Amino acid sequence: MANVGIVIVSHSPKIAEGAADMVRQMVGDSVNLAFTGGDPGGGLGTGVASIREAIDRAWSEAGVAILVDLGGAETNSEMAVEMLDAERRGRVVVCNAPIVEGAVMAATEASGGSSLETVRRTAEELSPP
Amino acid sequence: MTPVLLHRLILAVADEVIAHADELTELDQAVGDGDHGINMKRGFEVVRADAEATAEKPLPEALKAIGTQLVMKVGGASGPLYGTLFLALSKEIAPDASNLSAAFASAVEAVKARGKSQPGQKTMLDVLAPVQKALAEGGADLPARLPTVAARAADATIPMLATRGRASFLGERSIGHMDPGARSSALIVASVCRVLGD
Repeated sequence: MANVGIVIVSHSPKIAEGAADMVRQMVGDSVNLAFTGGDPGGGLGTGVASIREAIDRAWSEAGVAILVDLGGAETNSEMAVEMLDAERRGRVVVCNAPIVEGAVMAATEASGGSSLETVRRTAEELSPP
Repeated sequence: MTPVLLHRLILAVADEVIAHADELTELDQAVGDGDHGINMKRGFEVVRADAEATAEKPLPEALKAIGTQLVMKVGGASGPLYGTLFLALSKEIAPDASNLSAAFASAVEAVKARGKSQPGQKTMLDVLAPVQKALAEGGADLPARLPTVAARAADATIPMLATRGRASFLGERSIGHMDPGARSSALIVASVCRVLGD
C-alpha cells in the first residue's frame, strides 16, 4: 500500500517551497510531496488550478493530505478537491493545522504507512479544538 | 433572456467591478490582505473577454461558464466564493430566470457553506442575504429598490466586527471599515439592476 501524499498550499511560493524542504529533510522520498503558492497573476495568493495540479503531482492511492496557511488557501483547496472526479474526491482532505508543523507531522505519520485519517488526525492535534 | 440582454449584463457587471478595482483594493488594505480589487479585476477581465461567447449560451450554462472562470482566475478567497455563487445559481436557475428568487436563495446558501460563514460576520453575505430577502418579497420596483438595499447593507458592515476571513485577525480593529466583499457584492447587484431597469 502506498503512503499518503502531502500537498502544501501557501499564499507565498517561498513558504510553500521552504515547508516542502523541511518535509523532505524529515521523510526523504518515502511520501509523494507537492507544493504550490502564489495567485494566477504571480502575486501572493492561491489558485484552484495550481492546487489541482499539485494534488495530481502528489497523488497516491492512499490519498492526499493538504496543508494550508490562511483563509483563501483553505477555500481554494476545498474548491479544488470538489472539482476532482468522484473516485478521487473522497481521498483528499484539507487539514486544520499550522502549515509548517502540520506538513512535517503529517508527512512523518504518512511515511510510516498510516491511513489518511490518521495522518490528518496527527496534523490536526497541533491545532486547538 | 436574449443573448443581447445577457451580453449587456455581463459587460455591465465586469465593467463595474473593473472600474472599482482600486477602491476594492483600498478597502481590503484596511481589513484584509489588499488583493481584493486586483483579484476581482483579473477574474472579470477574463469574463469580459469571453462575454460574447458566454452570452450565446442558455442562462444556466452562461452562469456556469462565468463561475468557472472566476474560480480559476480570481485567486484569493473571493474566487471560490464568487465562483460558488455563480455555479450554484447555474444549477438552479431556469433558462428564463423565472425562479430567480429561489435560485438566488440556494446560491446564497452555497456561499455560506463554502465560506463556513453566516450573515453578521462582516462578509459578502451581509449584502447577499438582504438582497435575497428583498428578492423573495418581490415587486415590480425591484430593479430600482435592490441597489439601495445592497448599498445600505454594505454600509452596515462598517461597524461590524469581523469573525470570518482575514479581517477576523484584526479583531476590534476591523470595526470602522466597510467589508470589501460586501462592497463588491453591492456593485454587482447594482450593475445588474441598472441594466434590467432600463
